[in-house]
Amino acid sequence: MSLYTDKVMDHFEHPRNVGVIEDADGIGEVGNPLCGDIMKMYLKVEDDRIVDVKFKTFGCGSAIATSSMATELIKGKTLDEALELTNKAVVEALDGLPARKIHCSVLAEDAIKAALVDYYTKSGKEMPESLVGFEPHED
Amino acid sequence: MRVYADNAATTYLSKTARDKLIECLDNFNGNPNSLHTDGQRTQEVLDEARAIVAGCINAKNPNEIYFTSGGSEADNQALISAARGLRNKGKKHLVTLNIEHHAILHTMAKLEKEGFEVTYLKPQPNGIVDIEDVKNAIREDTALVSIMFANNEMGAIQPIPEIGAICKEKHVLFHTDAVQAAAHLPIDVQAMNIDMLSMSGHKFHGPKGVGILYARNGIRLTNVIEGGAQERGKRAGTVNVPGIASMAVALKEGCDNMEQNMSKVRALRDRLIEGLKDIPYSQLNGDPVKRLPGNVNWSFEGVEGESLLLHLDLYGIECSSGSACTSESLDPSHVLTGMGIPVEAAHGSLRFSLDYENTEEQIDYIIEKVHSVVELYRSMSPYWEDLQNGIREHCIPEHM
Repeated sequence: MSLYTDKVMDHFEHPRNVGVIEDADGIGEVGNPLCGDIMKMYLKVEDDRIVDVKFKTFGCGSAIATSSMATELIKGKTLDEALELTNKAVVEALDGLPARKIHCSVLAEDAIKAALVDYYTKSGKEMPESLVGFEPHED
Repeated sequence: MRVYADNAATTYLSKTARDKLIECLDNFNGNPNSLHTDGQRTQEVLDEARAIVAGCINAKNPNEIYFTSGGSEADNQALISAARGLRNKGKKHLVTLNIEHHAILHTMAKLEKEGFEVTYLKPQPNGIVDIEDVKNAIREDTALVSIMFANNEMGAIQPIPEIGAICKEKHVLFHTDAVQAAAHLPIDVQAMNIDMLSMSGHKFHGPKGVGILYARNGIRLTNVIEGGAQERGKRAGTVNVPGIASMAVALKEGCDNMEQNMSKVRALRDRLIEGLKDIPYSQLNGDPVKRLPGNVNWSFEGVEGESLLLHLDLYGIECSSGSACTSESLDPSHVLTGMGIPVEAAHGSLRFSLDYENTEEQIDYIIEKVHSVVELYRSMSPYWEDLQNGIREHCIPEHM
């Protein structure tokens, strides 16, 4: 069996939603260059719904694929739905990841949470309880 | 186009080696330890292989050649033999490099647990050890110096004759892991004062699963594998005659054609180096001249090696990376960081290891595709964006 599933390779080869949203309502960045992974997510929110999402990622194939899949999973969803996105859901949507690459999916979940925290902070809306005190995982 | 540029990982079996392998599988199936005709015919094949290998490295006597399961076993046995053999004489210190293969480093760590003290020398920024450091590291109680002939990741060639001379003068055993050098660089164990040397068949177009330990006469080897009395009692297990015979002819073929292969492969290597030089914030790792003929190891800032590697693979180019993401440990290459290359630059590294089968057309294709994938992944890298905006600092200069 090869290291990555066909879905991972598809999202690696053709990543969805790559780029920047200039007037983003929320931006989240997690990871650092020493660990070899950085993910940055941009959200555009209208009426409590994520109408657009873009990402930029520095990292391995699975970091790019998990970023891409995570953006697909929250695009068009309500903020509450996006909050419920777990790294496990990202892994399942990609038909699995090698054990040592699971941390990439954690980073993707964290990047979205960080962007949501930024959105609630900037918009002045009340932070959902699950985001209060949010800290990204150590990579 | 398909380009295999990972010859430091493994090479393809040459036609000569393949023919020999098949010939032995078909015709020499006896156990060389058997006294009957079939066994003794096979013993002759084994003797011949031993003589060929001895000739290729200028060993004094074929009985100084021990066949093993590969380079790792040869490394393990060399270090363990020197350490355990000399412990009774009060020797409890070993010297090596921090950029050695894990077959050396993990064996050293094991010996540390047994009470030995190990000095891990750090090379200069070009990946080559300063011989003064070697000289200064040797103590009264030093049993062995083990320094690789050439590095598997960034290709730097160590000053083996000089180290051999120092060890001889100081009466310390000298082992070298020559897995990447054998059949690629000239080796003369007598002229270079090498006491023990490791090689691996599949790195020079021989088969996998066979290797060689050269140990000068007078060195007492300690068994790593116990059992029957094969290999003069120093390596038990029924001998893999087809693999060994095939490896021996591959080694001879490589040594016979060394001059022409070296000049061809060096020209390809230098063409690739020239072609990558214009990528800003990127660098060649390891000495530009004193390096293996086929090795090009390059760091690109702001991008991660595994994504480059995977994308190049989609283009048919096969290479490797020192990035953490390609390792089981999630640490970037200990070789690159061990020679002082920043972690960020080690993450964005690629290794191309070329061979005489590569062509100029393939090199130009690699150059074109590396430019394109580095540009692609920099365009989607928030780290690169930060470097461009001055939010983070570059660790590689804009131009080499």
